[in-house]
Amino acid sequence: MKTICFYFQIHQPFRLKRYRFFDIGADHYYYDDFTNEQILQRIAVNSFLPANQIIYDLIQASGGKFRVAFSISGVALDQLEQYAPEVIESFRKLAKTGAVEFLSETYAHSLSSIIDEKEFKNQVTQHRKRIEVLFGQKPKTFRNTELVYSDDIGELIYSMGYKTIIAEGAKAILGWKSPNFVYHSALNPNLKLLLKNNKLSDDITFRFSNYNWSEYPLVADKFIDWIHKTPDSEQVINLFMNYETFGNLQSKESGIFEFLKALPKFAFEKGIEFSTPSEVSGLIKATGPISVPNPTSWADEERDLSAWLGNDLQQEAFNKLYSIAERVRMSKDRRLHLDWNYLQTSDHFYYMSTKNFSDGGLYRYFSPYETPFDAFINYMNVLSDFTERVEAQFPSSVGNEELNSLLTTIQNQELKIAALEKELKKSKKGNNTEMPRKTGKTDKSNSKTKTAK
Amino acid sequence: MRALMFGWEFPPHILGGLGTASFGLTRGMATQSDMDVVFVIPKPHGDEDQSFLKIIGACNTPVVWRDVSWEHLENRFGSYMSPQDYYNMRGHIYADFRYLYTNDLGCIEFSGRYPDNLMEEINNYSICAGVIARTEHYDIIHSHDWLTYSAGIHAKNVSGKPLVIHVHATDFDRSRGNVNPQVYGIEKNGMDHADHIICVSNLTRDTVISKYHQDPRKVSTVHNAVEPVSKQIEDIEPERHTPQKVVTFLGRITMQKGPEYFVEAASRVLQKTSNVRFVMAGNGDMMEAMINLVAKRGIADKFHFPGFLKGRQVYRMLKSSDVYIMPSVSEPFGISPLEAMQVGVPSIISKQSGCAEILNYAIKTDYWDIDAMADAIYSIISYPAMYEFLKIQGKKEVDEIKWEYAGHKVRAIYDRLLGIK
Repeated sequence: MKTICFYFQIHQPFRLKRYRFFDIGADHYYYDDFTNEQILQRIAVNSFLPANQIIYDLIQASGGKFRVAFSISGVALDQLEQYAPEVIESFRKLAKTGAVEFLSETYAHSLSSIIDEKEFKNQVTQHRKRIEVLFGQKPKTFRNTELVYSDDIGELIYSMGYKTIIAEGAKAILGWKSPNFVYHSALNPNLKLLLKNNKLSDDITFRFSNYNWSEYPLVADKFIDWIHKTPDSEQVINLFMNYETFGNLQSKESGIFEFLKALPKFAFEKGIEFSTPSEVSGLIKATGPISVPNPTSWADEERDLSAWLGNDLQQEAFNKLYSIAERVRMSKDRRLHLDWNYLQTSDHFYYMSTKNFSDGGLYRYFSPYETPFDAFINYMNVLSDFTERVEAQFPSSVGNEELNSLLTTIQNQELKIAALEKELKKSKKGNNTEMPRKTGKTDKSNSKTKTAK
Repeated sequence: MRALMFGWEFPPHILGGLGTASFGLTRGMATQSDMDVVFVIPKPHGDEDQSFLKIIGACNTPVVWRDVSWEHLENRFGSYMSPQDYYNMRGHIYADFRYLYTNDLGCIEFSGRYPDNLMEEINNYSICAGVIARTEHYDIIHSHDWLTYSAGIHAKNVSGKPLVIHVHATDFDRSRGNVNPQVYGIEKNGMDHADHIICVSNLTRDTVISKYHQDPRKVSTVHNAVEPVSKQIEDIEPERHTPQKVVTFLGRITMQKGPEYFVEAASRVLQKTSNVRFVMAGNGDMMEAMINLVAKRGIADKFHFPGFLKGRQVYRMLKSSDVYIMPSVSEPFGISPLEAMQVGVPSIISKQSGCAEILNYAIKTDYWDIDAMADAIYSIISYPAMYEFLKIQGKKEVDEIKWEYAGHKVRAIYDRLLGIK
């Protein structure tokens, strides 16, 4: 008995507008609305909407036997809400079928998991709440940004109550093993790992319309046949991919939608089922441990973090950003928090990559910048302005801990005043004659404290 | 294989990039053990490095037969040319040139510079080339830049050997479109007669194909390279008397080099930060205009004009800089940013320069995009990671751009022309 586990990733960054250094301190809006809107609407029309409709139809036709999972980053949800709310509607419709699982990830699609535990937890919580509100389900499976995974991240996630995590089936961690099993973390036998089947996933995402590929054209019965022919002991085929594969990376004309439509029919013929990640994790026992001491991801040949943090520019920008994390969290400014989220998105660092400089095909394809230097200059200018705004709230001369205790005092002042007033009332009852004068005094001093703050 | 090269300049007496490039290329080619080069220039000074090639001066080439003694010749140019060569050439005078002004040796005088009677000098050079071409034994002819194209054609007609011409610049670069028809005529004639045309960048190659109507199949690009810096230059200590950052422009202050864009960018940077100084080193017909512009923008206290710098001074200036900028409007190649990067100075170059085609670790902007240029300057002086990254990676990159490799490419072209596999 085999099952196919589909999970689709949806993410779009808030691309930054051209932000020159003379804008620092003068302009606090950082985003290229025109480009963002244009790209998102194009993808929505070409990919998300038609693909959602097909998946909805397939679920209805199969009586809920066709099942898939989605992971939608918080920043993508924000953009969808702004520019294409109809897509959110269609996801809600899918959620109601009960055959769709929504995964948990970081709100900002950030790499916080490798640098700032507190921030990471904040963002996961933020995202979880958002998914609950929008789709009415509590995410049970976690998927980290860019499928970044290591043993430590696994521990962190387990401590937050997740029992299943999705990761890359990288050669470096699998070795001779097959991704078509359920594994568990080497540190924690209760945390199950679902690993991406690279070959079959990339056959659809990257090779589907490649004329030079020896298997071209890829048709549904052939694809299902490959899955059918895997050894009987291999029970789960994890097909994890960018949702834009359907209609954007592979155009409508390539026949990708027809491929998707035909898949379930051939699968059911061969007795292959579909399951969502948390179902797989509930049904299938883990066969063994997988140890991942260093973070892996789903990018490039190396499957490591070098696409985002491979050079000094990227690391500088990344470290500068997280050096103010503490301060931002202390602030109550909503606008600041919004920008904070959008600036953390991993794509900004991807654009600064100098890997494969001369060809750099894929990097250039996704980047709105002409060169990595352009990307760095623009990002650092924005970050400089952002840092100034954070510092305007709290002077940098005050240390974090001191500031924290001051803030606690301010936050607690209402409670303290209330407590003191209660005490006052008590003593009032005890000593009626002297009270009027005393109350007046306390009131005055109270209002003084308030205005001083 | 033996190549007969015609050039106009050769270090140490150089007036522009042409001499540096000719020197680098021949030196790079000399690393090939079976490659000999005979290099003709109008006027050798005697202190040229002849260890890897043979230099013949057109001013020491007899065109009129004179009876001179060995001792006399020894006195005149014995230190850098053998009297026997003179006698060999004297045996190959091919016409009656007594109507020309010649000296006691029967040679024509050359200035070796770019004088007002340049056209006459080019013609005389070509006359001498005829004698040399009849005397020397060689497999291929290689002419550097338009001044020597006629000499190359002459040599080709005499010997029947294939002619390669090397385009270091075209008149379209020098004049920003208003070409001198006489110069264009010489250039076009040279290209038409050439068996192969080597350009220093794809930018130049495009000009050669579209403006000179050459068959793309006979036009190739061999990018220039840069000589490794010598120990003495390596040892120059950077002088830092202020904590302020220094942004440097080095070159002729002419329309081609885009100095006004540098001034405008500087004034934008200074609006935001005062922790920076700007230097425009060099001479040129736009110098006064630039000084006026600087005063008009009110940044004269932060903007300096040290004048023309030579040799060591150039490297002292570079080593004290944090940013090197070359906003050229049209630059066939532009070797100076490579020299800056060699000593670890991050560079900003215009996309309209040929060297932008081979440099990855330099910031490229359009020459007219003052905002982008200002932003690039600001980022290098404000974000230490950017400075360090460009400094280290830039040096690494430039150290791999070697004349030796350019030499191999030129050799491959020779081999192809001569039918050698």
